[in-house]
Amino acid sequence: MAHGHAVKRYSGLMDWLTTVDHKKIGILYLLSGGFFFLVGGLEALLIRIQLWKPLNDFVSADTYNELLTMHGTTMIFLAAMPLLFALMNAIVPLQIGARDVAFPFVNALGFWTFFFGGVLLNVSWFTGGAPDAGWTSYAPLATTTFSSDHGVDYYVLGLQIAGIGTLVGGINFLATIINMRAPGMSFMRMPMFTWTAFITSALILFAFPALTVGLVALMFDRLFSGNFFEVSNGGNAVLWEHIFWIFGHPEVYILILPAFGVISEVISTFSRKRLFGYSSMVFATVLIGFLGFMVWAHHMFTVGLGPVANALFSIATMLIAVPTGIKIFNWLFTMWGGSIRYTTANLFAVGFVPTFVMGGVTGVMLAAAPADFQYHDSYFVVAHFHYVIVGGLILGIFSGLFYWWPKMFGRMLHEGLGKLCFWTFFIGFHLTFFVQHFLGLMGMPRRVWQYLDGLGFNNLNLISTIGAMLMGVGTIVFLINVVVTAFKPRDAANDPWEDGRTLEWTISSPAPEYNFAQTPLVRGYDAYWKEKMEGKKAMTPAEPLGPIHMPSPSILPFLMSVGLFIAGFGLMYHQHIVTIVGLAITLGCMLTRSLIDDHGFHIEPEELQDKGVKA
Amino acid sequence: MMNRWHVLKRLMPLLAGMVLLLSACGRADLSTLRPQGPVAEEQFGLMKLSITIMILVVIVVFAIALYVIIRFRRRPGDKTVPVQVEGNHKLEIIWTVIPIILLIILGVPTIKTVFNLAEDYTKDPNAVQVKVTAHQYWWEFEYPTYGIKTAQELLIPNDAIISVEAKTADVLHSFWIPSLAGKVDTNPGGNVNIMYFEAPNTGVYLGKCAELCGPSHSLMDFKVKVVDRASFERWVAAQKSPVALPSDPEIAEVLTTQCLSCHAVGANGGQLYPNLTGMGSRESVAGILINTDQPQYENEGSVEDNLKKWIKDPQAVKPGTLMPQVPLSDQQLDAIAKYLADLKLNY
Repeated sequence: MAHGHAVKRYSGLMDWLTTVDHKKIGILYLLSGGFFFLVGGLEALLIRIQLWKPLNDFVSADTYNELLTMHGTTMIFLAAMPLLFALMNAIVPLQIGARDVAFPFVNALGFWTFFFGGVLLNVSWFTGGAPDAGWTSYAPLATTTFSSDHGVDYYVLGLQIAGIGTLVGGINFLATIINMRAPGMSFMRMPMFTWTAFITSALILFAFPALTVGLVALMFDRLFSGNFFEVSNGGNAVLWEHIFWIFGHPEVYILILPAFGVISEVISTFSRKRLFGYSSMVFATVLIGFLGFMVWAHHMFTVGLGPVANALFSIATMLIAVPTGIKIFNWLFTMWGGSIRYTTANLFAVGFVPTFVMGGVTGVMLAAAPADFQYHDSYFVVAHFHYVIVGGLILGIFSGLFYWWPKMFGRMLHEGLGKLCFWTFFIGFHLTFFVQHFLGLMGMPRRVWQYLDGLGFNNLNLISTIGAMLMGVGTIVFLINVVVTAFKPRDAANDPWEDGRTLEWTISSPAPEYNFAQTPLVRGYDAYWKEKMEGKKAMTPAEPLGPIHMPSPSILPFLMSVGLFIAGFGLMYHQHIVTIVGLAITLGCMLTRSLIDDHGFHIEPEELQDKGVKA
Repeated sequence: MMNRWHVLKRLMPLLAGMVLLLSACGRADLSTLRPQGPVAEEQFGLMKLSITIMILVVIVVFAIALYVIIRFRRRPGDKTVPVQVEGNHKLEIIWTVIPIILLIILGVPTIKTVFNLAEDYTKDPNAVQVKVTAHQYWWEFEYPTYGIKTAQELLIPNDAIISVEAKTADVLHSFWIPSLAGKVDTNPGGNVNIMYFEAPNTGVYLGKCAELCGPSHSLMDFKVKVVDRASFERWVAAQKSPVALPSDPEIAEVLTTQCLSCHAVGANGGQLYPNLTGMGSRESVAGILINTDQPQYENEGSVEDNLKKWIKDPQAVKPGTLMPQVPLSDQQLDAIAKYLADLKLNY
């Protein structure tokens, strides 16, 4: 095969701005998601400091509402989602034996739109007020009548731009997982993490358009005096709640399913045992994804939808406990009879199981509509969703990061610091949120800036604040760990945990640019483990060594996102010229991309040999 | 060492939970765990049923987890490969069917209660009808049958069903009296929500706004005062009886021009903002400054002091309130606070 035409290869900063390599994009997602996680965490700490004693005046009422809004929005859209995308990008193509994702250019575009959407949202802190209507941004509070500054505009436009990134990212993973699996990797041989990434991407495909539509409607209300949610002009405020939760509930599963995948991989690897009930795990994941679209109104039991709707949504919600229970028991029985090694990654995974169960059971309690009349919008709900999101998702992400860090960076994170991170974070977490169940039951509503003295809330709030500080310490220990690790030599083995079961452990750490010099032949579930058990050291290649086609790097995704970022400002401040310039940049880049063919380039077999890379 | 930590880690939340459950169920006038009426009682019943089932589940899972974590830990240098189990149909059926049975046990009473609590009493002549209108950041209570309106304090008899029709005048709020009944959102426009509750025990209960409604969301408290029937009738009569303006003409003038343009006292004044009739008998000023003669905390004080504090700088008490800072001299402020504090109802 002939050489591809010469392609400009960049280095340094330009390399990162133009990369279309899924591994580098994964790292970009990790860095920016991690940054926003710190921002959201700082906001959380300020919230907890405000609440450490009754009638505290640490922040003003307005600032407090901005903090709670930005904490929720940042953590969901700008921290949790990108951190999951970081793991999905870094690992899914490796797990299915692919050389890249289906659309590398789109992958880069997804990252940059997310990044600039997130930056736009956070710019609001410096331009006269962040959004303050809650991450749910319910109308009429979020309409211009009651929120006349630009805060909610930033919410609408920032999330819209970031949402584009998530949507194209989801589509990309669907296409990748459907089309790019290595020979022999049938759907029912896919690793569990890939399965959950697949289902999550399908959920993104169906859920994010609802958010897009809702945000467009709210944008019209705010910027062009539309009346979608303006009751006095025939709009409907409850409509926003429906649209938001038709997106918002699947979003919860979008977040938690990949964490389930991580836990499945980690527990199986460190128990040195095949995942128990693999096919029922897959079935349960699909079922959770499906049911996730049927239960949005359980966020709205008190809205007055009537007893029929409340009864139906109660039962539908309770049903989700069944597939979730299947997963829990499958994990426990994967460990049963295994040989469990407690690395940091596995500590997070094992800690996840009981923690998530606690979040799950309160979820079933909340499903009972009449009881929810008491729990709703109280600290009980705050405790519940932090148990599933922090206790589920964040523990899952930490577990995944410790597990795959060597595959992403070629270095093992320090185990001692890792364990310190686990224990401080884990204990801090339970200290923070366990007591909040009781605060809610004792009558403390959520999203409160102050509470009165003498209501019996003081001690529990103080405990909660101390717990939050401990979680902060855990996070700092993790950062120290990352820095310490970065100075160590890049010496991680292909299979650093020695019990790796899936394809990503067959290639070097970090993976070479082209991932697999030869596409591997997959002969069963846990492909690498199967080969190991048959005494082989490597996968059987499915093709002869040949030139590898690679996509060219491109600055266009970055520029397109900058264009949207500029247009967002123009829209917000009604500067039409700015809007047009911004959109022109974006559309111009699209035109350039469409008109100029770029066929990428090839890496020749000789170059592979030079680097001494094995299959 | 590690394993002992595992044991502790799992026991600690349980122990802490027990301690909390036994010692701190919260105040009887505020906690959902100490229901003071049949509606809250029914909801608490469902909560107890679900908590029991869930604690059972948690115990089973924790027990298995604890056993597995300790029993199957890897010994140093262990190179053996455990049996690779694909699954077990019998087990998998068990942990699918048992949760379904548990959910049926929870689901049936849930549906029953959903319909019970959706009962409509708005046409019931024996029920006390109350129209609740939420405002940023205060509560308006109208009794259409009696033709009276009051604010911040819902006074009800202890022998009747209270039928509530709730809506909002501005943004979403949520009407919640934890110890008497679960909450209902107040929607804008013609979207009126109904609920009902009963309060057989006389006393004062705390009410809260449970939906984020702006900067003073956390300060949007109200009270529910439950009295016996005779007392309630006297209160209704007293609400309707005429109220004299201050005897000092200058103060009467200031009151009329500065306060009564928005607020009502008896038959005088505007109806758009909180009705001040019987201000001196209320439990709080602005819903958040607690009236008491033995102040313990920052937000407590005598009615008169609270009124002064509130009128002097409303934004300092409730950020974002529509109550303006009225230009009053110190003497005028004192006189008006004293007048309002003396507006007591006999019931």
